[in-house]
This record gives sequence, C-alpha cells and structure tokens, in this order.
Amino acid sequence: MLAVRKGRKLLVTTGALLAIGALVTGCSSETGGDSSQPTNASVDGNAAEGETVVIGFSGPAADHGWLGAINSAAIAAGENLGDVDLRVAEGTNDANLQISQVEQFINDDVDAIVLLPTDGAALTAVATKAMNAGIPVVNVDREFSSPAAARTTVLGDNYGMGQSAGNYICERLGDTPDAVVAEIAGVDSLPLTTERSEGFADALETCGLDVDNRVAADFTVAGGEAAASQLLAAAPEIDAIWNHDDDQGHGVLSAIDTAERDEFFMVGGAGSANAMELIKAGESVLEATVVYPSTQAADGVRLARLIAQDKAMSDLVEVEVPKRIVLNAPVVTSDNVDQYLPTAFAS
Amino acid sequence: MSEQKTQAAAPAASPASGGKAVVQNLLHGPAARSLGLVVALAVLFLIGAITSGDRFMSADNMLVILRYASIIGVVSVGVTFVITAGGIDLSVGSLMGLTSVVASLAVIQSAATQSTWLLMVAVGLVVGMLAGFINGVIIAYGNVVAFIATVAMLVAARGLAEIISERRTLLVTNTDFTGIMRDDILGIPVLVWIFAVVAAAGWFLLNRTTFGRRTVAIGGNIEASRLAGIKVKRHLVSLYVLAGLTAGIAGVMMMGRTTSGTSTHGLLYELDAIAAVVVGGTLLAGGRGTIMGTVLGVLIFSTLTNVFTQNNMDTSVQSLIKGAIIVTAVMLQQRFAVRKERKAKTKPVRS
Repeated sequence: MLAVRKGRKLLVTTGALLAIGALVTGCSSETGGDSSQPTNASVDGNAAEGETVVIGFSGPAADHGWLGAINSAAIAAGENLGDVDLRVAEGTNDANLQISQVEQFINDDVDAIVLLPTDGAALTAVATKAMNAGIPVVNVDREFSSPAAARTTVLGDNYGMGQSAGNYICERLGDTPDAVVAEIAGVDSLPLTTERSEGFADALETCGLDVDNRVAADFTVAGGEAAASQLLAAAPEIDAIWNHDDDQGHGVLSAIDTAERDEFFMVGGAGSANAMELIKAGESVLEATVVYPSTQAADGVRLARLIAQDKAMSDLVEVEVPKRIVLNAPVVTSDNVDQYLPTAFAS
Repeated sequence: MSEQKTQAAAPAASPASGGKAVVQNLLHGPAARSLGLVVALAVLFLIGAITSGDRFMSADNMLVILRYASIIGVVSVGVTFVITAGGIDLSVGSLMGLTSVVASLAVIQSAATQSTWLLMVAVGLVVGMLAGFINGVIIAYGNVVAFIATVAMLVAARGLAEIISERRTLLVTNTDFTGIMRDDILGIPVLVWIFAVVAAAGWFLLNRTTFGRRTVAIGGNIEASRLAGIKVKRHLVSLYVLAGLTAGIAGVMMMGRTTSGTSTHGLLYELDAIAAVVVGGTLLAGGRGTIMGTVLGVLIFSTLTNVFTQNNMDTSVQSLIKGAIIVTAVMLQQRFAVRKERKAKTKPVRS
C-alpha cells in the first residue's frame, strides 16, 4: 500500500511539474515588409520614434509552433520599436489567469493592451473593463463576444482558410466527381476548427465534392500521427487530404510514410517553414499549404503603438487605425513559395 | 490577513479531548508549518515591493491577486479534504468546465431569467455534487483506486461538457448573475468573499467537527478507522461529494468571472489545486490536512504569478521556479513524515 501511495505521489508530482513546465518558445520571425504612401501619418512619421508607450501583451500558452511563433513575433515587434515598452504576461490557457493579467495591466495604467484571448468570450468582460478605463485593447485572432470590448480586431480568416484549401482541391480534382477527400482537423473543441471545416465543406460543394473521411487531432505531432494513421487505415484509397495545421502535419507525414501511401496529394494549414521547404522541394505528398499568419500579434503590437500615439495606417486615407482587419489566407504552392518563406514560422 | 489566520489555527490545536490525542499531535505540526508559509509569502511580498514598489503594493493589485486566487482556492479546499483522507481527486478541473457549461445552457438561463439567478448557481452546485457522488460511489463501493476513478471522470466530464456545449463557448446573458458575481461588498470582490467563506467553512469542518476528525483518521489508517466503527465507505462518498461541490462552486465563480461557460474552463486546475495543497503541508499520503496551509499555498502561487507579471519576467523561468517550489515543499514534507513515523514508533513503547 505504501509503495502504491509513493508511486502515486511521484506520478502526481511529475504530472504537476510537466504541466507547469510546458512552455516553449519558438524561433523569431521577422514582420513583413513595410507599407508606403502617406495620409494622416506618413511612413516616415509612423516609423519615427514618438513618445514611449507601454503596451501589455497577453497570449495563450505557446504549446505549439504556431502559438510560439505568435508570441516570439510579438516580442520581436516590441523590441524592434524603440518607443515601445512591451510588457509580456505569462502565456496561459487559463481564462482566470489571463483575466488577472489584464487586470494588472489596467492597474498599471498601460497605454494599450494587445490580447490574444485563450477564449474570446471569457475575456470579453475584462477587456470591456480596460476599454472603459480608457485603455485601447487590440484583439488578436480569437474574437471577443462584444464589439465594444476592442478598439481594433486583427483576425486570421479561419473560414477563408478552409475555403482556400477547398478551392485548391477543387481545381485539382474538379473533373473527378467521385474523388475521395479526407480532412484532418485540429482541436475539435475550438470554434476556429468548426469555421475551417465549414469553409472547406462549402468550397468543396461548389465543385460537387464532399469530405468523405474526417478525423480530428490536437495540433501536436503525436496527435497528427495518431489521427492520420487511423485515417489511412480507414480509407484505402484517397485522392486529397487537407490537414488543418502544419505542426501536426509532421506527424501526419510520418504516418503517411509508415503506411507507404502516395496515391494522394496533401494540403497543409498555417504555413510553417518546414512545410514550405517540403513544398519547395516538391518530393513529398505535401503540395500546398494555406497560410494563417503567425505575425498577427506582431501586427497587433504595431497597431497598438499607432493607436496609443494617435497615428494612423499610412497606406490608408482614413485618419484612424481601422476597427477590424481580417488577414488573407493565401494558398502557397511551389510556384509562389519563395514569396512566403520569409514570414513562415519555424515549428 | 494571513497572520491572523495562523493565530486562529493555533488554538484549534489546543482543546484536548481524551482519546484524540494522536489527532491533536498532528495538528500541532500544521500550525508551525503554516508559519513557514507565512514567511515564504512575506518574502514574496517583499520581493514584489522591492522590484515593483507601489505598483505591486497597491490595494488594486492585492485584489487582482485575491481574485485570481479565489477560484483555485475554492477547489483546493475541497481537494484538501480528499487528500487528507488519503484519496485524490483529479476530476475537479473538468467538473468546473462541466458545471459552467450546464449552468449556462440556454434552457437554464431562460428559466433563471424568469425566476432567479440563484437557479444557475443551484444547477452548478448540483452538477458538481452529482459528479462527486459518482466518483465517491465508484471509489468506495466499486473498489476502484481513486486515481483511476477520478482520471476517468476527468476525461468523461470534459467529453460530456463538449457534447452539451456543442464545443461552443456559451455566453452568460443573465445580467443579475453576472452583476452579482462581479460586484464588490465592502470594497472586496464577491469572488473573494466566496473564497473566504468556503475556506472558513472548510477549516471549521476539518478541525472542529467529528466529520473532520473522521477524515483525518481515515487518511491515517483506513483499516483502523473501520474497526473503530467509522462508516468508511459512506464517509469517502461524502468526501468526494464535497470535492465535487467545491468544483461546482468554482465553476459558477468562473462563469461569473468570465461571463461564459465552456468545456475548457478549469483546464489543469486539478494540478494547481494539488500543488497548493501539497505546498500547504497536507500529506499526499493522507492523515494530515490543513486548510490554512492550502489557503497559504494558493496565495503563494498566485502572488508569485503576480510578481512575475509585474516584472515582465520570462515565463519559462516562472514555470521553473513553480516546479522548484513544489519539489522543495514535498521534500520537506517527506522529512516531516519520516520524523513523525519515528515518533509514532517510539511512543507506544514509552506509554
């Protein structure tokens, strides 16, 4: 009995340690090219150092490549701007902790807050509190449930991502009416997964295709491997696969290798540097990937600076920073991969 | 605040009552150890005050720490009971998610809007207690090891929460409920009051009632407790119901704080709770439990998080330090445990 108890104690302690120590930092990636043409603020005016502004940044735990890249790109953006003092709160998947981080930013009276909420709805109340306290909030990627909770929202296009992937597969398989299309989704409990799948299904419908096999993984390599090997066992003949996430894509590709299958082509998602290298080499089943920009929090930091310094976006005639920016979800193939590799994230 | 609490803990150990001398002996320990925790907390405050000054020491920032601590604190109080009795409950975090989802269902919310917001609270508490009851029955009467039974509940409750919520985040639209949960009483947030009441009730239950003494006795030696006439199985069930109840309360608090219910609420809170309980001085092997220690443990972790955020410190370092604190606390505990065993061996010979 004692031995059993000791074993359990060890297990629990190890578990606690593992859980708490699970933070990873990805490599930094540079933010993209600068825009040009003046309006309210000129490019030079925007680039010139203004008064130093304190920006609080809080994002989810960097538990996979894309989120790691989100955080490191945001931090890099803060470091590259001489007039930004970026305060970074611990990455977390706990709404309770993230709320307390925002409360701390409010107490510190920062000039702006960039928030990639672990759950948009759960952070809406505290973001509204910040807005009411006169602190502009830039909402990144996961949207709040109230438009009043953010000054500006920067979003990737999840539905559009599914659509882009679907359209690409339609182009390739449009004349094969009975083509077998499979989908390997990310975490199914996230709304973004639902949106991606909806966009994918809708786009396929336009060319008379549908998703024949669908499995869900968890954005991890191991999860991707497990889900893909199940899928391959279940479907002996596949024409195309869309995998939502290039991180889990490593696992998916290794499962495909193990099963020695190559009768299909695969489209990835998110746009990791590894995936793009594979696309460039052109020897893998991975033919294309759909970009979900990992630089959106970095964009959020830059926008927060503009808002806090009363500047505008220099390419727009508009006097203020727009309320909502939805990023495009382009398809990267061997034709245009060189254009996207520099901003791809290393997973 | 914490100092007052340790003073309160000291007299708890003093009233002697016959054959319970063993229990009394055990209670002397926690009071002394709580002092160590108060010192640790004071050091953290000192570090915070030195590094961030007024920004850290401001009343507003204290409330930030307390609000953050309150939800984990409530769960930890429930877990303290289970661990004191030699059990474990890994399902509490999942149960928070489940209760928040069920209590914020559209049906429940519209019924609550027509009657009273208390309905949502009641539903949350009942869901937590029901799940705790299932845990308890499986463990006590199904003879399944607590670790396995509650891991099963951890997985199942999240799954059920996902099914019920259709993997969406449910918004809490009942403004009476959110208004009250996010309100202040005498300048202190309602969430913190709930934590204080739960901690006080837990302290009373563990230290001043036969229920508490039985819990300690079962954790110390389950067979001897059974022979002494304690209805062990029934007691175990009620302990898991209690843990489920605190998870339910925490789930409702989370709903109030986030104005939403989702299956991902309370993710990994079981580990946060166990860490706080262990650091607080409750023995994972059972037989010794301290609510005061648990409260201090929770406060230490939430203050640590706050100090780190205040100083814009690397998040990975923070995780490293948290890990080090847990290991140190457990190692100290094992020392105490060994010392206690030696004492226990020598004592009967003397008498």
